[in-house]
Amino acid sequence: MSDATITAARRSPLSAEASSLGGVTLTPGAPLLRLILRGAEAAEAADTAFGADLPRRPNRSATAGERAALWLGPDEWLLLAPESDAASLPASLASALAQAPHALVNVSHRQTAILVSGSGVEPLLNAFVPLELTEAAFPVGMATRTIFEKAEIVLWRTGSAAFHIEVWRSFAPYVWELLEAVRRENAAN
Amino acid sequence: MNAPFRTEAGGRVDRARPLSFTFDGKSYPGFEGDTLASALLANGVHLVGRSFKYHRPRGLLSAGAEEPNALVGVGRGGRYTPNLRATQVELFDGLVAESQNRWPSLGFDVGEVNDLAPAGLLSAGFYYKTFMAPAGAWKSVFEPIIRKTAGLGVAPQEPDPDHYTHRHAFCDVLVVGAGAAGLAAALAAAGAGARVILADEQAELGGGLLSERGATIDGVEASAWAERTVAALRANPNVTLLTRAQCFGYYAQNFLGIVERLTDHASSPHPDLPRERMWKVRAKQVVLATGAIERPFCFPDNDRPGVMLASAARTYVNRYGVRPGSRALVFTADESGYAAALDLASAGLAVVCIAELRAQADGPGARAARAAGLAVHPSTVVTGVSGRLRVTGATLGAIGPDGRVTPGQTVACDLVLMAGGWTPAVHLFSQSRGKLRFDEERQVYLPGVSAQDERSAGACNGTFGIAASLAEGFAAGADAATKAGFAATAPATPDVKGEIVPAGGFHGAVPHHRDPQKVKAFVDFQNDVTAKDIKLAVREGMRSIEHVKRYTTNGMATDQGKTSNMQGLAIASDALGKPMPQVGLTTFRPPYTPVTFGAFAGHSRGLAFDPIRRTPTHDWAAAQGAVFEDVGMWKRAWFFPRRGEDMHAAVERECRQVRASVGIFDGSTLGKIEVVGPDAAEFMNRLYTNPWSKLEPGRCRYGLMLNEAGFVMDDGVIGRLAADRFHVTTTTGGAPRVLAHMEDYLQTEFTDLKVWLTSTTEQWAVIAVQGPNARKVLEPLVEGIDISAAAMPHMSLREGRICGVPTRLFRVSFTGELGFEVNVPADYGQAVWEAVWAEGQKHDMVAYGTESMHVLRAEKGYIIVGQETDGTVTPNDLGLDWAIGKAKPDFVGKRSLTRPDLVKADRKQLVGLLTEDPAVLLEEGAQVAAVATPVRGTPALGHVTSAYRSPAAGRSIAMALVAGGRARKGQTLYVPMANGAIAVTVTDPIFFDPKGERLDV
Repeated sequence: MSDATITAARRSPLSAEASSLGGVTLTPGAPLLRLILRGAEAAEAADTAFGADLPRRPNRSATAGERAALWLGPDEWLLLAPESDAASLPASLASALAQAPHALVNVSHRQTAILVSGSGVEPLLNAFVPLELTEAAFPVGMATRTIFEKAEIVLWRTGSAAFHIEVWRSFAPYVWELLEAVRRENAAN
Repeated sequence: MNAPFRTEAGGRVDRARPLSFTFDGKSYPGFEGDTLASALLANGVHLVGRSFKYHRPRGLLSAGAEEPNALVGVGRGGRYTPNLRATQVELFDGLVAESQNRWPSLGFDVGEVNDLAPAGLLSAGFYYKTFMAPAGAWKSVFEPIIRKTAGLGVAPQEPDPDHYTHRHAFCDVLVVGAGAAGLAAALAAAGAGARVILADEQAELGGGLLSERGATIDGVEASAWAERTVAALRANPNVTLLTRAQCFGYYAQNFLGIVERLTDHASSPHPDLPRERMWKVRAKQVVLATGAIERPFCFPDNDRPGVMLASAARTYVNRYGVRPGSRALVFTADESGYAAALDLASAGLAVVCIAELRAQADGPGARAARAAGLAVHPSTVVTGVSGRLRVTGATLGAIGPDGRVTPGQTVACDLVLMAGGWTPAVHLFSQSRGKLRFDEERQVYLPGVSAQDERSAGACNGTFGIAASLAEGFAAGADAATKAGFAATAPATPDVKGEIVPAGGFHGAVPHHRDPQKVKAFVDFQNDVTAKDIKLAVREGMRSIEHVKRYTTNGMATDQGKTSNMQGLAIASDALGKPMPQVGLTTFRPPYTPVTFGAFAGHSRGLAFDPIRRTPTHDWAAAQGAVFEDVGMWKRAWFFPRRGEDMHAAVERECRQVRASVGIFDGSTLGKIEVVGPDAAEFMNRLYTNPWSKLEPGRCRYGLMLNEAGFVMDDGVIGRLAADRFHVTTTTGGAPRVLAHMEDYLQTEFTDLKVWLTSTTEQWAVIAVQGPNARKVLEPLVEGIDISAAAMPHMSLREGRICGVPTRLFRVSFTGELGFEVNVPADYGQAVWEAVWAEGQKHDMVAYGTESMHVLRAEKGYIIVGQETDGTVTPNDLGLDWAIGKAKPDFVGKRSLTRPDLVKADRKQLVGLLTEDPAVLLEEGAQVAAVATPVRGTPALGHVTSAYRSPAAGRSIAMALVAGGRARKGQTLYVPMANGAIAVTVTDPIFFDPKGERLDV
């Protein structure tokens, strides 16, 4: 469905603004087009239509320009694209995949992004994320569902010291506030 | 003011940084680097607490985590922390500490009368013997008194103002303990390139090396070698050093818990710093280097202030520059006692003599002591001490060839040191589920077969002495690094000179000549368990150490028996005439030392205890003055009171206005699942009772979901968007459960189906517009959708736009009125809501909350799963047989619906109840009975599930599950309440517009 003529005001679940403290920057993510694609048989057709090869290797991501495909399961990908693609991409994907059984569901508003970057990012996330986050264990491009204290997130490493968190909108303030709290602690250390 | 017992020089305290602190209101000086214990001793204060049961005066026994006596309360207000070991409390300027379990004062404590109680009254098992009768007195009389008089510190009343944090960490090698073995292990592992975490509970790394005097490593003092090694480790980026970090638990798969104290030692810590950080460490390999705990001797009055472990005295004098007394008697059965005697002598204390329990006194320690001019008496024991608040003297006895003790001389002294040998600290090894082995020769338990990837090194492994510990530590560190995948070799052990290696030891009660019934020789200092208590327990039939422990409470105090468990075991084994391994060993459980609740909670407290989920229009509702209720983690608008309205008035107004004109309601929390794929309809057929194949795209159906047992587990309106796409709604609370149930079937039973499930609960904001004017409100706002009655009938679904925003518009009703549910992408929820609200003002639209929603649906007899159902209710019980696709071959729960028990005529069925007096409101959950005053024990016919004041019916209404209810329509039943039974008439559970004429307009 095209968002081209929308007049109503859009309201992000996060009212906070980007800020830096103790070497860590927290940024609320801009709106994105988000699609969940299910169905392994549709992956090949999706590669071309999406413009980036959907990763077949578990917990990896692929990017092309501003688009990214995150592997979430053997037949499940989270596709991220700039909002400007919202008018065309879902329809072009749907028609490209018409012959392969699949499910394509728009979840653009279901979740929001929190971008975390800076030198102290690993210990900050490890206050709540129980995974090993060294680059050796969690290299750039790795993505996974995991827990963040009592919220579920998708954690995606976009750079040596940069992570992209995808979180359901009503959990976003909780995740943001906990990140803020531990960022303050670590800055005082 | 100078502290009178401070040495002139030496120790690791910073004499350039004097501090001031108070204990029981009195001010004392100390130095940076002191513990509360060392600073008190420097001021000559030995009396620091009262014992648990007998209120006996107690002093400092130890200098570490094993301290049983010196439990103090530290801090003020919400930061007051009771039961801290003074030996582990670091001094800072302005520290406020107080003693516990005494009244009116530490020096004069009324509770001490317990110490004079006749023998037997407070002996082993006294709880079981004394409080048997009269029945009931335990709860009402004895227990409250005992709880009041016995005990430890008092919990603070104020909320804890501090905050606590967690951190997950990973390493190749975790080394627990930074003494000689631990430092060596860390050095070896880090040298091989492994990522190492080294944790130690003390403020300074070095362990026993910091208390050493005389021994040199590679030509420098042991403490200097420790400093040098720590500096080398600190310079290695692969090494994380944790100080003030107690490793308290060893869990499965090399997961260890460590609590790091961050602010307790600082007088004005940064306000953003957490008080404690709990490290949750996953280590590939672990080296345990937790050392050993010195055993006290069990002799009469061994608990008097001034009776102290020899190793503790060594620590006080060498590490803290404190003389723990002036005239010391050293009682030893281990070479380490001589090392203490030599160190005290060189610090200027008079060492009266060394009483050596063993017959031979010619080991390296004894030889060194004699060479230094100290008197050594072999086969000599201490049989008692004089002095109550402080030791003033000790009586010696000689052990004859027959083992009998003859009384000997009495010596004047203000310090009695005990060197009873060393118990390896195998706690963490045992927690890791490793198997302990009993060392016959030394009579101690040592780590045996490992259950996890760990190894022990140094004293905790029974390897004593600096040189041996360093060698074993290097080997352990190299082994751990190798097993973690690094090429590692153990470095060469440095040259160690001048140490007296601990050797020897004694177990059990010290023999003496006195009447055992008239003396108290303590085994467990904190729980006041004496040698005779343990012997009594054995005489009264306790055979296993687990029974002895529970009967006597030995080892059950906050110190978990660190200084008493082996002693108690030895005495029980002696009394039973069995070797120790046959008597057993009590279990080592985490935590090693007490851990605060705050550390476990971390950030999960207060508003961050759980996520607080808010809907996209929450802020609008809050601005309108909505009162919210918690539904799971969600905040839902409950009702919208106007000035002066209570809930009842607000709900009545909201309900009337919905039926009179139109209302707006936030349904965003409803669970939503998009079911997509070529087999979507077949999947729906199998998961829901209803038939779905023939439902046309653009139409909706009420769906009922059963569990395998045939009981209703969820319901909701389901729209078909396309042949292969359903928009499923679930109850708010059921959303995760329903998705999990669907996924479970899809992944385990229906793997043949090509269909996928995606949660869209949070994708859509849901704006319910309900009431006769609902269409008029929406008509001007929608684009590309004909919402006229002819074009969009009840239970249909259209896609189009509203306010320019894409929408899935449902025509559904949970009120019995004409109704729509506007689904829009969540970020647009508030803007669209405000547009609908603005348009609604032309029709006096009302915003209503969950309470009015409940009343409106109850007036129509619509059920709520979880309110009208309780997990034992079938579709037929609810009168919902129409929702079952009878022609379908199968669906989850179908087979169970024909079980004899589910088709019985007297099952509880949903009915309406009308009270005789329309003003009387029934209580939800109240029992329904056939007579007004049923005989006690009569089963109830059922219970009230919902009860409201109904504005539409103009009276109270209720729904209930009643046995054979549908056949009882018209009957009078009773709802017995505390102040009399309420008569009710059984009716249909529909109280308004029974023909549904308002719905289809």
